[in-house]
Amino acid sequence: MANVLVNAPKTARKGETVEIKALIMHPMETGFRAGTNGRIIPRNIIEHFTATWNGSEIFRMDFSPAIAANPFVSFFTIAGESGTITLRWTGDEGFVAEHQVAITVT
Amino acid sequence: MTRLTIGPFTVGWALASVFAASWALAQSDPRHSGYQDMGPDLRRMQDDDTANPAMLFVQAGQALWQEKAGTANKACADCHQDAAKSMKGVAARYPAIPAGTDKGAGQPVDLEGRINLCRTERQQAPALEPESPDLLGLTAYVALQSRGQPIAPADDPRLVPFRTKGAGLYKSRQGQLNLSCSNCHDDNAGKKLAGATIPQGHPTGYPIYRLEWQTLGSLKRRLRNCLVGMRAETWDWDDPQYVALELYLMDRARGMTLDAPAVRP
Repeated sequence: MANVLVNAPKTARKGETVEIKALIMHPMETGFRAGTNGRIIPRNIIEHFTATWNGSEIFRMDFSPAIAANPFVSFFTIAGESGTITLRWTGDEGFVAEHQVAITVT
Repeated sequence: MTRLTIGPFTVGWALASVFAASWALAQSDPRHSGYQDMGPDLRRMQDDDTANPAMLFVQAGQALWQEKAGTANKACADCHQDAAKSMKGVAARYPAIPAGTDKGAGQPVDLEGRINLCRTERQQAPALEPESPDLLGLTAYVALQSRGQPIAPADDPRLVPFRTKGAGLYKSRQGQLNLSCSNCHDDNAGKKLAGATIPQGHPTGYPIYRLEWQTLGSLKRRLRNCLVGMRAETWDWDDPQYVALELYLMDRARGMTLDAPAVRP
């Protein structure tokens, strides 16, 4: 299981703008660097990040090799109804990480 | 009428003396940490525990704290229980001479060294590699328990010779550039080295998440980095000179607030 830190409000009023912050541990190896043996270290990055609220997409982002290790993403959305926010990272070497947070909208 | 004319003057004078007092308070300690040298963006990154990437390592360290290891099949928590209580103030006090260990009696060790002593002697497990994610995670988790506390090195008379040795190392010139630690961190602190501000070199936030490293690193790694910068030969990872220097640096930062795990540029 990947090491993830997510900061999202537990409760929100309907129509309120909420900020969701997500940090994940990942080397984000660019694929351009050579190791101590002189050979190129193969690229190993997160390629896609998606956030869904009760199954419908609220945010999507493509990552590039220029993004630093342990990437941090912050985005805003408008609170609809109570439910689950699912954050999903996928990348090279079959990397998949998923994290869910519950939010109550009143 | 008299009061009206004198009023603002009195208020102004009172305010001026308040500012003067707070200014004097800030000036009374000429030392400042790397945190104070950073810009507002990096400070915000460090202050927010869900934006500070060092907290990822803390999270991993917290899990390790509960995990049984070695032939003794013991976890850190089996002896030390709740780290929030048992590890409070430990990072503010180390390096110190550990009590009740078999190896290296009378020799000071830093926090990483202490964790490895626990591993080899109590858990009967192989020592963790320097700068390995496991060792950094555990160190960061332990250091976090002292966050906000003043640095308070142990008043152990046995530490004095090691601290004196560290002070000597700090002031002695070495490497092809023929520089001492003091040449940068005392004589030229606050000035620029290329684009970077030279800090005063107080180890208030270790282990630090250094953006240049893109990972967490120990004070030892930082010292090795400085040695390379001076074009001096780096000492071996287990060289006692590091601990001596760390002892002196912690004493030099006595009373400053620990802000580990910190973010630094």
